[in-house]
Amino acid sequence: MILDVTELTMDFGGLRAVNAFSLQMDKGEIIALIGPNGAGKTTLFNCVTGVYYPTAGEIRIQPPGNDAESIKGLKPSTIAHKGLARTFQNIRLFPNMTVLENVMIGRHTRLKAGVLGAILRDKRTRQEEEQIIHDSFRILKKIGIEQWANNQAKNLPYGAQRRLEIARAMATDPFILLLDEPAAGMNPHETKDLEELIVRIRDTEEISIFLIEHDMSLVMSLSERIYVMDYGKLIAVGTPDEVKNDPEVIKAYLGEEVSA
Amino acid sequence: MKLEAVKRSALLAMWFILLTFPVMVVRVNTVTGVVQWRWSNLVLVGLGSFVISLVWNWALARTAGRGGEAAEAGATDEATGGSGLRIGERMSDLRTMLSEPRYRTPAYALLAVVIVAFPFVMSLYQTNIMISALVYVMLALGLNIVIGLGGMLHLGYIAFYLVGAYTYGILNRFFGIGFWVALPIGAALSVVAGILLALPVLRLRGDYLAIVTLGFGEIARIVMNNTTKFSGGPQGIGGIPRPTLFGLEMGLLGVTRYTYYIIVVVVIITVFVVYRFENSRIGRALAAMGEDEIAAQAMGVDLTRMKLTAFALGSVWAGIGGVILAARTTFINPASFTVWESVIVLCCVVLGGMGSIPGAIVGALALILVPEYLRAFSDYRMLMFGAVLVVMMVFRPGGLIPKRRRSYTVDVAHEEEVVS
Ligand SMILES: Nc1ncnc2c1ncn2[C@@H]1O[C@H](COP(=O)(O)OP(=O)(O)O)[C@@H](O)[C@H]1O
Ligand SMILES: [Mg+2]
Repeated sequence: MILDVTELTMDFGGLRAVNAFSLQMDKGEIIALIGPNGAGKTTLFNCVTGVYYPTAGEIRIQPPGNDAESIKGLKPSTIAHKGLARTFQNIRLFPNMTVLENVMIGRHTRLKAGVLGAILRDKRTRQEEEQIIHDSFRILKKIGIEQWANNQAKNLPYGAQRRLEIARAMATDPFILLLDEPAAGMNPHETKDLEELIVRIRDTEEISIFLIEHDMSLVMSLSERIYVMDYGKLIAVGTPDEVKNDPEVIKAYLGEEVSA
Repeated sequence: MKLEAVKRSALLAMWFILLTFPVMVVRVNTVTGVVQWRWSNLVLVGLGSFVISLVWNWALARTAGRGGEAAEAGATDEATGGSGLRIGERMSDLRTMLSEPRYRTPAYALLAVVIVAFPFVMSLYQTNIMISALVYVMLALGLNIVIGLGGMLHLGYIAFYLVGAYTYGILNRFFGIGFWVALPIGAALSVVAGILLALPVLRLRGDYLAIVTLGFGEIARIVMNNTTKFSGGPQGIGGIPRPTLFGLEMGLLGVTRYTYYIIVVVVIITVFVVYRFENSRIGRALAAMGEDEIAAQAMGVDLTRMKLTAFALGSVWAGIGGVILAARTTFINPASFTVWESVIVLCCVVLGGMGSIPGAIVGALALILVPEYLRAFSDYRMLMFGAVLVVMMVFRPGGLIPKRRRSYTVDVAHEEEVVS
């Protein structure tokens, strides 16, 4: 088990956005979290990645080659350093930086050069700098957006921006990648490419993937296990087939538009 | 389309006539009780606003057209510096040209000659003006780190300038410490002040940060105003010695030239350090934080450390600038460190182009030198100042020399990178 969320609760004033939610993830898995809008999925991500401090519950991780540890209440930057990387539901790139620079920021946490090194530009710093460019470009190539390397991120087509977010997250060398609605706003063709990309990342990079997604066909074909959340509570968990036929799930989705 | 524009401008002119009617046209002499009707003013206001409105709309339409083209080109071709009028394009042509060694070397050589010869060719007065302008260049470069890169609206920057100046003033007054010893102490104390300010404002952003830093700047000034025994109070500190050179005797002219060269060297060091910092891992992370704090954190950028670094590295230049200011004027008092000074430095950065090093330099030189040479119009100084800023922000929001993103050329076939 590489991620273990137990009884996680998050209150916003009187609103309980996440309610005693538990979730486990094994190495090499692709799991999905689904649920109607406002169910609390993004809030769960925000708790796991340190953006919010959970009201109650525990979050533990087991990084490869390290002991299991709690990450509850750590700073987002520390959590990123420990190997959890994420994307955002509303794309949050660095819009005025180039595509390559966006990915280079992702490398930040794996490198050391400080202010003094920057000013003296000693051999080690120069080598590190070259290495960043090299690695970042390789990641861009893997994700298939290297032709835009020197464009400002804001000038990219929408689908490419979503892919850039994934590239940037991968640059942090995560062992878990959390994707918040990566296919939102993509056309069917782009979604197909994305599906192929996610599987490839899992298979070749040894990164386990935790995604939130509304595109049911994508979720059903990608995930090994699906967690269903409604009003912050876990209402079902299981394989795609089990979840699809669960009466609770069908009830939660009634009135919701589902493109299953 | 054309007629539409004329109509709109005419309407606007009428509106302005109405608006200014009581002030510009009617004048009541309260002593004699006679009303004076100045109809010629009405015509002037009408014509003036009509013409300005026409030109304004025409320029706006032009910029909009260009902006669209630039964005389209940017999506397919290389990232462009954004929209701008023709002068902007010419400038970016110039920059492209300057990035070629063939032109760059002679251009820099020429610049070096001009800089070195300046105090010998120009009068003492001109050299003095240039020294103050160069101090502002330093301030703008320093503030540019905090605002341009880090995206933190800092309105109390002048406080660090004050710290530098008063460090020298007070140390000299009580301990007789000279310029060269005071310089590093002033720089160090500014860094300490920067970090002390950064600590309480770590969690603040945007407007809140602006208000707190504004308050900080005022506190620093008012403290100096009120601790009379220590800082001389409103009278300030006088008789601060000018920079020395191995105890050499120099006349006023000599020492001014000497100060000029000191500030030139310091500015060059500033540019060098800021440039290297900007193109480094930490500098990039700071820029990322300026663009989106949440995303930067999620990528492993420690905001606390980043903000402290930005404030420390931003303040150090103000501290050095402050020591030089005290040495140049030989007299300091709190009145030189009002909010207005912070605003001017901010304007230098914004006018030049946020986050752009050449922008900060040109912005500071323009804002400090131009008013000096236009003393004849000093009554309208503030008016022109405001007008220039408004026009700039509307037509060229990226500043005089917008920040240009570094582009990296990568040899795809060999997977070998050559940094351009
Ligand atoms: N920062 C916040 N402050 C207050 N309420 C919030 C905040 N973030 C989310 N919420 C509320 O929590 C609930 C869950 O939101 P969210 O996690 O974004 O849902 P989902 O991602 O499943 O669509 C919503 O009712 C939302 O309004
Ligand atoms: Mg959401």
